Amino acid sequence: MLMSANIPAESEVFHTEDMIISMGPQHPSTHGVLRFIVRTDGEVMREAIPDVGYLHRSIEKIGEKVTWHGFVPYTDRADYLAAMFANQGFCMAAERLGGIEVTRRGEFCRVIACELNRIASHLIAVGTFGQDIGAVTPFLHALRERETINDLMEEICGARLTYNYIRIGGVGYDITSETCDRITAFLDHFEPIVDEYNRLISYNKIFVERLVHVAPITKEDAFQYNIVGPNLRACGVKWDIRRDIPYSVYPELDFDIPVGTGEKGALGDCYDRYMMRIREMEESCKIVRQCLKMLPPGPAISKVARKFKPPAGEAYVRVESSRGDMGFYVVSDGSEYPYRVRIRTGSFTAMSLVSKLSQGLMVADLIALIASLDVDAPEIDR
Amino acid sequence: MEAQEIYRRLEQRFPGKVNGLRADVFDPDLHVEPQAIVEACRFLRDEPDLKFEVLSDLTGLDLPKENRLQVVYHLYSYTHRHQIVLKVDLPREEPQVSTMEEVWKAANWMEREVFDLFGVIFEGHSDLRRIMLPEDWVGHPLRKDYVEQEEYDGISTQRAPLVEKLLR
Amino acid sequence: MKPLLNSLPDTVFTTKVDDLLNWGRASSQWYMLFGLACCAIELMQTGGPRADVDRFGCVPRATPRQSDLMIVAGTLTYKMAKRTKLLYDQMPDPKYVISMGSCANCGGLFQLAYSVCKGVDKIIPVDVYVPGCPPRPEALTEGLLKIQQKIMRERWLVRKPEAEEKPLGA
Repeated sequence: MLMSANIPAESEVFHTEDMIISMGPQHPSTHGVLRFIVRTDGEVMREAIPDVGYLHRSIEKIGEKVTWHGFVPYTDRADYLAAMFANQGFCMAAERLGGIEVTRRGEFCRVIACELNRIASHLIAVGTFGQDIGAVTPFLHALRERETINDLMEEICGARLTYNYIRIGGVGYDITSETCDRITAFLDHFEPIVDEYNRLISYNKIFVERLVHVAPITKEDAFQYNIVGPNLRACGVKWDIRRDIPYSVYPELDFDIPVGTGEKGALGDCYDRYMMRIREMEESCKIVRQCLKMLPPGPAISKVARKFKPPAGEAYVRVESSRGDMGFYVVSDGSEYPYRVRIRTGSFTAMSLVSKLSQGLMVADLIALIASLDVDAPEIDR
Repeated sequence: MEAQEIYRRLEQRFPGKVNGLRADVFDPDLHVEPQAIVEACRFLRDEPDLKFEVLSDLTGLDLPKENRLQVVYHLYSYTHRHQIVLKVDLPREEPQVSTMEEVWKAANWMEREVFDLFGVIFEGHSDLRRIMLPEDWVGHPLRKDYVEQEEYDGISTQRAPLVEKLLR
Repeated sequence: MKPLLNSLPDTVFTTKVDDLLNWGRASSQWYMLFGLACCAIELMQTGGPRADVDRFGCVPRATPRQSDLMIVAGTLTYKMAKRTKLLYDQMPDPKYVISMGSCANCGGLFQLAYSVCKGVDKIIPVDVYVPGCPPRPEALTEGLLKIQQKIMRERWLVRKPEAEEKPLGA
């Protein structure tokens, strides 16, 4: 609830001074090392200025020093919660430059892995959202489901978090039929669990009261600041890269794009952004089921030279990651090392909107705002 | 709308300021003079049948062999579903160009990042300071001729000898 | 007077004071949530439902003033290094540091980077290094058990062997 409208005029009788607080880089929220310099008048903020760069690991510069194949593990770390999408984006850009076609089975394996990763990422988003607001229980429920997904990922590619699974030309390892059975069993178990989250927090009166009418983003602001992903869809704009600039095998799959409707408060407020993620998890389950049925036989990766040397050129590829449209701008000069790799992520521009949205909010609402935007420190700083 | 058509409209509106269209690549791009880039982008944003609502990306590209530094703008339109790439060539010694902040607010942080990592000064920017690196960092790392400093804040930047060999 | 041999009931156990103190401290290491990067997610999973470290007595604390174990999980950049030292200094003694993951051990795969500190032990003293990228929760639990073993070996009341008193004038 926004209290700023109810501040009585008596505050002008008392002489209050602004306080500058540094909500420092280490904090119990799980969104990574972010720092806010908050200027507050008591509990109500005048402005919260984000200070980023505490996790700047110079991935773009390293891209110029390692080979094309060798850069794929670094894209994992560009956003470790949605590592498959980053892998896929870079590999698509490299394939476009090198004129490589991915095998059909490889494409389906990619979509299965990516959508499972989307579910895992949204589970963290939902769980940490609850934890930041104060409800600690849903976090442990989310981690329990995520453990099962981590086991599935380990079966598919050997790693729990930073996968390095999607390679240039296809995928690193094939998905066996036992793994497919286990994925189906997981989906059968998971789809009713989403309802459990709805019963736990989504329609909980306190949760709803904390989130409605807090920091709505208008459509004009979303376009001006280049907000993408579930945050953009929560404002009512039906835009999804999988549907509108399709890539891979998404045109053959049948799924819905959930859009925010302002069901409980203003259009595009924190509650809408939260519900986007719940609904997208349900859609991802549908996509994985269809892919498992349509999985064709064949090789999982096409032949790519070990010293991959695409001809000189540039490519800009967009991938719908769990945090929005991740753009890869890759420049090649014909050698076996990329010339420039640029990763443009959704969290970077979402953070730049925080200083405008936070004016007039209370400090606790700032936490809800950051959690609802689902920002991620490695995406911002790379 | 095809890239040829966008180029023709830009040339009509800003004669002599745009050149170098490459239309046969995946992402057609064209070069714009640094003085005209802000007006060109405003025209591209507001014109009804061009309608580039978002600035998808603003980044830099260092080309030491041709002695220039490019600032690359990727624009996208949700209504018409087309994309265009604008490039601005700047000298490597003192790269300066006007800020895009009035046209799209997203440019604010993106230009700070280009300033931080490439050293391009954006005239008219409201708050041009380093964003990714600490305030007292020396140098602009993403340039091709960047040399790392020996130590920062008392911590030495020495790597293990095997890693030093891998650095090219 | 009755001899003391075999006279106590079997619900009593004897131990050294040092061992008792160490057992109390080792079984309740409260760790500070210092997750910086990808290893932070595995740290959360270690505190989560399956590989539960709460059964070893480890509870996450957000503030350094109430914690005695600092798990540096993730890449340390130069911008963050000063704050890390500040947080380490704010922890009360006796304190321990686990360096989790290859980025914290030596810089990891970011050794080619310009802005990454090549190992957290350039700034603060580390007790246990846990390798992995990221280390599995089982690996981090083993690191925690090694800290517990290290704590059990510490001596408080018995004089340390190297602190011999030197005679005056020598």
